[in-house]
Amino acid sequence: MAQPAHLTPLADMETPVTVITPSHGWVALQLSKVWEYRELLYFLTWRDIKVRYKQTVLGVAWAIIQPFFTMAVFSIFFGRLAKIPSDGVPYPLFSYAALVPWTFFAHGLSQSSDSLVASANLLKKVYFPRLIIPIAAIFSSVVDFVLAFIVLLVMMLFYGIMPTVNVLWLPYFLLLALTTSLGVGLWLSAMNVQFRDVRYTVPFLTQFWLFATPIAYPSSLLSEPWRTLYGINPMVGVVESFRWALLGAATAPGPIVLVSSLASLALLVSGLFYFRRMEKTFADVV
Amino acid sequence: MSDIAIRIEGVSKRYYIGGQQETYKTLRDTLADAFMSPLRRAGKLLRGQATGAAELDETIWALKDVSFEVKRGEVIGIIGRNGAGKSTLLKILSRITEPTTGYIELHGRVGSLLEVGTGFHPELTGRENMYLNGAILGMRRGEIERKFDEIVAFAEVEKFIDTPVKHYSSGMYLRLAFAVAAHLEPEILLVDEVLAVGDARFRKKCLNKMQDVGQQGRTVFFVSHNMPAIASLCERAILLNEGRIQRDGLSSQVVHAYLNSDCGTTAAREWPDPAEAPGGEIARLRAVRVRTEDGRVTDTVDIRQQVGLDIEYEVLKSGYVLSPYCDFFNEEGVLVFAATDLDPTWRRRPRPAGIYVSTAWIPGNFLSEGTLFVKAALATMEPVITQFNERDVVAFQVIDCLEGESARGDWTGRWGGAVRPLLKWTTQCRLHTCNSAPTLSSRKD
Repeated sequence: MAQPAHLTPLADMETPVTVITPSHGWVALQLSKVWEYRELLYFLTWRDIKVRYKQTVLGVAWAIIQPFFTMAVFSIFFGRLAKIPSDGVPYPLFSYAALVPWTFFAHGLSQSSDSLVASANLLKKVYFPRLIIPIAAIFSSVVDFVLAFIVLLVMMLFYGIMPTVNVLWLPYFLLLALTTSLGVGLWLSAMNVQFRDVRYTVPFLTQFWLFATPIAYPSSLLSEPWRTLYGINPMVGVVESFRWALLGAATAPGPIVLVSSLASLALLVSGLFYFRRMEKTFADVV
Repeated sequence: MSDIAIRIEGVSKRYYIGGQQETYKTLRDTLADAFMSPLRRAGKLLRGQATGAAELDETIWALKDVSFEVKRGEVIGIIGRNGAGKSTLLKILSRITEPTTGYIELHGRVGSLLEVGTGFHPELTGRENMYLNGAILGMRRGEIERKFDEIVAFAEVEKFIDTPVKHYSSGMYLRLAFAVAAHLEPEILLVDEVLAVGDARFRKKCLNKMQDVGQQGRTVFFVSHNMPAIASLCERAILLNEGRIQRDGLSSQVVHAYLNSDCGTTAAREWPDPAEAPGGEIARLRAVRVRTEDGRVTDTVDIRQQVGLDIEYEVLKSGYVLSPYCDFFNEEGVLVFAATDLDPTWRRRPRPAGIYVSTAWIPGNFLSEGTLFVKAALATMEPVITQFNERDVVAFQVIDCLEGESARGDWTGRWGGAVRPLLKWTTQCRLHTCNSAPTLSSRKD
């Protein structure tokens, strides 16, 4: 497929052979196919980014408004009124540093879980590895993340807090948020094709998950064996390590990140296999 | 290198359809079922079985044991009535859905066009949509860049290429979508009825472009309702019926076989066996015939003569207001006109059960020369429920004997138009000659 399909005599060309047979049960992931279609992945991501804030008054500002205002509300109610501890960091910064990766995760999750149904027409009319659709949905959320992150840097400047050298780990922590979001997104998007119940579950799920993650409060509220175990929720690892890398808060969250990484990987791999298994039914059922 | 492009062996496809048929006996059963079935479904879901939100136990075979081969460079047409399995076959070849059983080999790069403009986004500009749509159809970015100007010129949208497509007219939108698709250059091209939309001139341009594709040694797999297009574009055609191959051969012969399954003419079709006749609970089609004034069934009609279309049907349940109607399509697939039964005896009146023949009389000197394809349908009025709706049920030729009495007058060359009414003409003239009063002259009618 790599050669340009220009009109050279056909006989001279290497002809790729496609074999179509019914598949049964669990099938190979064929991630190389996704790589083969990377240009489509690029264009779909680009389309999502381009189209997202069209016909909105505030446009791309929405990417910032959501985490920023949540931070404001949290600061008033949890920081001021409830006086929840914040590991020695100003509470607004403490919660915003967690809300930035959280918003990325939650947004990617809701976008990807709805992505297959939203692309029903593509599913019914064109072949390509279906994995591209939820992946593109999550990739397009990265732009929002970057914008919200810039605001975070501005806030740090405002409070006079310099990031530590640990900031070099940040890409890994972002990747952790991405794989978690994708892992859950794969499960939910594949289920959503068959059961639209998923659509109604997602807002509830993210809300629940928000409070199950130490965003408004520090995980240091838990005593040790439990705190590490808390990392089974991969977003715990993400949020704690973001604060660690940027704000220098508390101790290195090594064990938590390890637990979170394993949990995230498990989610991603199981999600991939489940998605691939259900993939063949998408076009018929969606 | 073998000269087979597509090899299809024993391909079948099963679909789950329908809902739960049983009636609930008690509230307890209903409640129990309401609680249990989500669990059952969830169980099935986790086991990876394909079921929708409804309980899907009934199955149909959309394709049953289909085998054939297509040679490299062959242009093959697939025809058949709605539900014959054409689209399913195309979807399987395009890898959109998997076959239930069977084996398929495709030799060469495959491009499939089940729809034009797939993935077009109204907010994006023409240029942006071209890249997106190209990528969706499997074109490389470099390929689109190289053909960019050619595609834009083909679509005739140069001025608007940087305008969001939501501001396009529907014609421009379709032209752009077609243009991208027409520049796809795979070795095997799978095409659905996409050519049934858009304006006739542009469609012809696309058909020509596709014909070029065939001549360049590409294999084209063409599914269509457009019989003339099939007959002229494809050398070979396959007729599918209820998921099986009914006929495979020269396209002109297969098209003929399709149009007149049993009567030996394309101008009449009868269903002697009520079990096979199209119809609903209230009415059932029995026959459709094209005939002359004196009742003779004919597939060739003189352009000057009026022609009758009989729709014969049986009303099974009394008491409904019925509306039989028919559509006439020309060779380009354009709907020339539609007509519905306005006989005052039965209009707005419930009909008793019985056998009816509704005849539409199309006046002479109205239709254009060429083949007309008829769709015969019937619906109840309140509520509107279609009882039958048969496309391409009969076809007939309209010919002009060139005796000077048609709208052509004495001109015998090319003559366009979807209809050809014989109009009344008057011509006024004011002569240049001096001292003579203006003269009025008119051709005699």
